Amino acid sequence: MNILVQLTYLISAVLFIVGIKKLNRTQEARQGNTLSSVAMLLAILATITYVEALTLPEILACIAIGGAIGLFWARKVEMTQMPEMVAIFNGFGGAASFLVAMSDYWTRAVEQPTLSTDMVTLISILLSVLIGGLTFTGSLTAYGKLSGKISGNAIVFGGQHLLNLVLLIVAIICGGLLVTELDLVTAMLVLAAISLVLGILVVIPIGGADMPVVISLLNSYSGMAACTTGFVLNNSVLIVTGALVGASGIILTQIMCKAMNRSLVSVLLGGFGATSGAAAAAGGGSEMVIKEVGVEEAAMIFDSASSVIVVPGYGMAVAQAQHVVREMMDLLEKKGVNVRFAIHPVAGRMPGHMNVLLAESNVPYDKLIEMEEINDDFGNTDVVLVVGANDVVNPAARTNPASPIFGMPILNADKARTVIVSKRSMAAGYAGIENELFGYDNCLMLFGDAKSTLTKMVGELKEM
Amino acid sequence: MTLENFIFLLYILVLASYCGFELISKVPPTLHTPLMSASNAISGITIVGAILCVREGEISKYLGMLALVLATINVVGGYAVTDRMLQMFKKKKA
Repeated sequence: MNILVQLTYLISAVLFIVGIKKLNRTQEARQGNTLSSVAMLLAILATITYVEALTLPEILACIAIGGAIGLFWARKVEMTQMPEMVAIFNGFGGAASFLVAMSDYWTRAVEQPTLSTDMVTLISILLSVLIGGLTFTGSLTAYGKLSGKISGNAIVFGGQHLLNLVLLIVAIICGGLLVTELDLVTAMLVLAAISLVLGILVVIPIGGADMPVVISLLNSYSGMAACTTGFVLNNSVLIVTGALVGASGIILTQIMCKAMNRSLVSVLLGGFGATSGAAAAAGGGSEMVIKEVGVEEAAMIFDSASSVIVVPGYGMAVAQAQHVVREMMDLLEKKGVNVRFAIHPVAGRMPGHMNVLLAESNVPYDKLIEMEEINDDFGNTDVVLVVGANDVVNPAARTNPASPIFGMPILNADKARTVIVSKRSMAAGYAGIENELFGYDNCLMLFGDAKSTLTKMVGELKEM
Repeated sequence: MTLENFIFLLYILVLASYCGFELISKVPPTLHTPLMSASNAISGITIVGAILCVREGEISKYLGMLALVLATINVVGGYAVTDRMLQMFKKKKA
């Protein structure tokens, strides 16, 4: 191996690590991302020096095509669609690992059978195919669910887990056969097909509300797939970076599970939407008395407040109300009102999604406060405005052990003097349960499309 | 691959994972979406493997080329979209 190439790989690995370190601070994050892309470029250039001159044009053509497609998508995508975008890119990463391992296998088994293949390399190839394939179709399924191309509901059928288990066992048997006899191409094809089918089967039983967990987990898988590819090719930079991504995905998965008070196992077994629906039906029946409020009255309440906390949920982004919310914030601040945003860890459809949506509408990031930091402040806040959020402010999570969301950490919006909830209708949130906050004495419902009602309210506030 | 070589790579894996856990657990929730799309782009490092697979051959070469296109989409798109997001994060104007 060329020592210069190896040293470049080392520099590149260090830059990847420094780049991620810089992502710890908002001011330096952009620089960190740039460093990380430089690291990638170095790794690519170093690798290209290995390439024979004959295939170089083909390689450059592939890179040009992929680069153009990637750049086009990255520029075009709406910020609300970030989860889909991450899911599909993730799928491509997984597919690349899958294909690299298949290509390497094909060389060894069919095209150059004289090449010696040891156990470690072979097992790495098998794992790479399995994890890569699973990441590919799993991510595409998640993409389909997130973009509404396939039903976001949990799809469950009898014997589902048994089927997965059988497929996994068959995959292991194929793997075992290949270890003893490398050129059993059929066994390899069966293994590859199973990995692709398993990806779909593993994601379809998971409901829409659990998607943030799934994307994080698939992200982690794509890192692990890169790692195993590193073992196939005996390449340390792949292992280092794959490990970083693997760790990142696992941490985000844990954070998401904690924020929803769900165990990873129960997320993966799926069917959340179905079970909680039944619980809600059983628990229903108690009539809630709610109080409605009009736009003018609501504007007056805001006008006389001195502190306001906004609790945004994904519904706000669906209604495209984030810009008008920011406008309202500017107006109130001009009147001397202290306005802050309380961000629940699962607000939006992926970790940190709400922050991006608000940043896009020019809300400064130091106004976005995390749940633990702001939860004690609700008690001495005049008005809380809940826009498009539901389950994350449901006090049942604190008080009602029978509730399916009991134990989930929530924002204590109910403790504020007045809570105004901007909501289209009384429909339930993701978890499919009634929100008892809406029946509280200090809670006022502002019905209607968030964007139009808040626009009207901004108009009222301007005149005051 | 010799056994020593394998153990050496295993060392790298374990240390890099530890490093990853340390670094990433400190990333604030505000940046979790950019973190995810950045780490997504980073996982496109398979591009290095894909380049090595495009060499003399038939099917293995075509598989490598397809892998290369997909990995490049992952890498370029991932970094570009992360940069787009991060440039939106602004502090309050003084």
